[in-house]
Amino acid sequence: MDLELILMQLFSGVALGAVLIMAALGLTIIFGMLGIVNFAHGALFMVGAYAGLWVAEQTGNFWWALLLAPLAVGAFGMLIERFLIRPLYKRSVDDPLLLTFGLGYVLVEAVRIVFGTDGVPFATPEALSGVVDLGVGYFPLYRLFVVGLVAVVLLALWFALEKTRFGLIVRAGAKDPLMMRVLGVDISALWLAVFGLGVALTALGGVLAAPMRNVTPEMGTLVLAEAFVVTVIGGMGSLLGAVVAGLVVGVAVSMTALFAPEMATIVMFALMALVLLFRPQGLFGQGARA
Amino acid sequence: MPPSSASAAAPPLAARTGVKTTGLGAALQRWRVALSILALCLLPWVLPSQALAVNVLVFGLFAVGYNLLFGYTGLLSFGHAAFFGGGAYLTGIAIAHFGLGWFPAMLVGVLGAGVLAAIMGALSIRTRGIYFSMVTLALSQLVYYVALQASSWTGGENGLRGFTVSTLNLFGFTVDFLDPVKKYYVLMVFAALALWFVSRLLNSPFGAVIEAIRENETRARACGYDVERTKLIVFIVSGLICGLAGALSALHLAIVPLDTLHYQTSGLVVMMTLLGGAGSFFGPFVGALVFLLIEDVASLWTSHWQLIVGLIFIAFVLFLPKGIWGTLISRRSQG
Repeated sequence: MDLELILMQLFSGVALGAVLIMAALGLTIIFGMLGIVNFAHGALFMVGAYAGLWVAEQTGNFWWALLLAPLAVGAFGMLIERFLIRPLYKRSVDDPLLLTFGLGYVLVEAVRIVFGTDGVPFATPEALSGVVDLGVGYFPLYRLFVVGLVAVVLLALWFALEKTRFGLIVRAGAKDPLMMRVLGVDISALWLAVFGLGVALTALGGVLAAPMRNVTPEMGTLVLAEAFVVTVIGGMGSLLGAVVAGLVVGVAVSMTALFAPEMATIVMFALMALVLLFRPQGLFGQGARA
Repeated sequence: MPPSSASAAAPPLAARTGVKTTGLGAALQRWRVALSILALCLLPWVLPSQALAVNVLVFGLFAVGYNLLFGYTGLLSFGHAAFFGGGAYLTGIAIAHFGLGWFPAMLVGVLGAGVLAAIMGALSIRTRGIYFSMVTLALSQLVYYVALQASSWTGGENGLRGFTVSTLNLFGFTVDFLDPVKKYYVLMVFAALALWFVSRLLNSPFGAVIEAIRENETRARACGYDVERTKLIVFIVSGLICGLAGALSALHLAIVPLDTLHYQTSGLVVMMTLLGGAGSFFGPFVGALVFLLIEDVASLWTSHWQLIVGLIFIAFVLFLPKGIWGTLISRRSQG
């Protein structure tokens, strides 16, 4: 086994990690701020991919798809929060989970009705097709672009959450919603915005993944499981955790693919079981949240 | 024992079946096993098809096993496909690859599902609250991918085939297993035994402890109960019963599709249990019956019946979280 091959797999691993981070980001933000697990996450990822496909077909431009699809799906996410999830905040934590599971079921079937049950090919945008020479080998340009874009999104998110007044309010709202209400913050509007943001990020992940994965109504099922693995390893609600876990899982999967391809998907779940054995709250989790 | 007064502050899913109600409620409660078996005996004659009756039997039992954990203990698992599918696969593998008879094969399936539940339970119970659902889902997907890869044993994507059981030997009698009515009643005997066992378990002090954990975990722990161990035991018992349902399904279908292990199957049992009424004895069977009837009727005029089922499920979570049976019971005990 020569070094170049291993280095190339390492790059693939990082690229896969970026996709996984993107897949987990929306889930972990919604959980971290609102304390609910969005089981429609995979379905919304898929809806994002289809929305991107539709916009790209209408405009003939990938960039519009990258911008408009997340905005539209994010707005749809706000409708979901307002009319379906808001009535459930005062109930058991299981209720939003059950509801979003049912919603995922409905979304998958709705997409099947509109776009058909077969997969749809999503061409890599022309400006981003081709390969780049990394010195050790050739690497698809689109994957490099994804890594770069995910890094930009993460930086923007970190800045918005840690350095702005909006981020301060969001973080305070996650810690103590009652106190925020007493201080005169409209917590309902805040949660609406955070849910919309989480869903928009999920949809962005869907658009980005579309040229690399098969766009099918069922593509979300694997994404949901992957996002769970990444958030459980990283620690629920932790941005840094999601980033580290996404990269670790990505590299582990692509390295396994080199030595034992049939184990590649399995290793991701095995890694999660291992983390659960030694650190049930995840690498960056802070114990249990009420 | 923790008093039932806690139920006022209980989560909405926790539909306590009023043990002390009088009249009809008490009679239902007292004769619940006999009544369930009577209903199951009538099922093939009242439903539009015998195939539907077997499905209700299998999925109803699956939901009964699931309900032990979700309804009575309050743990929302999304990984029970692993036990249902595990029981089905191991039963099929024992017959197809090792040439075991149908009964030892079933034992292998049920016990194997129990071992799987012990491992998954030990890992997932370490996590708290909402984590539990995610971890059980992810671990069951691990089982799914293992089954997909180990195709020389499981048939991979094509599912497991080649273990058709055409006749059963029961204490010297030969039963034609290809006759749907006879098959139904043979399978029903196992379901009835499981129902009797679950009823006994729920009436025992152990049953009171698991409901106490659902109502108030901290208080149960303060009373000196080993909460983790109790949860693990329920998880395993639940896995055993779901494994039995899977074994019955394997014998019935003579094929195990790979999708049996997919988390969508876990989702099915969650929906059935909630539709019928989580935490009630009859709820799971009512839920399985209603769900499969909707599927049966709706799939006649549209291939997109999942849309209808999904919308009904959302409406139930929003407006009737106690499910059909749970709502009927609470109406009665109020009036």
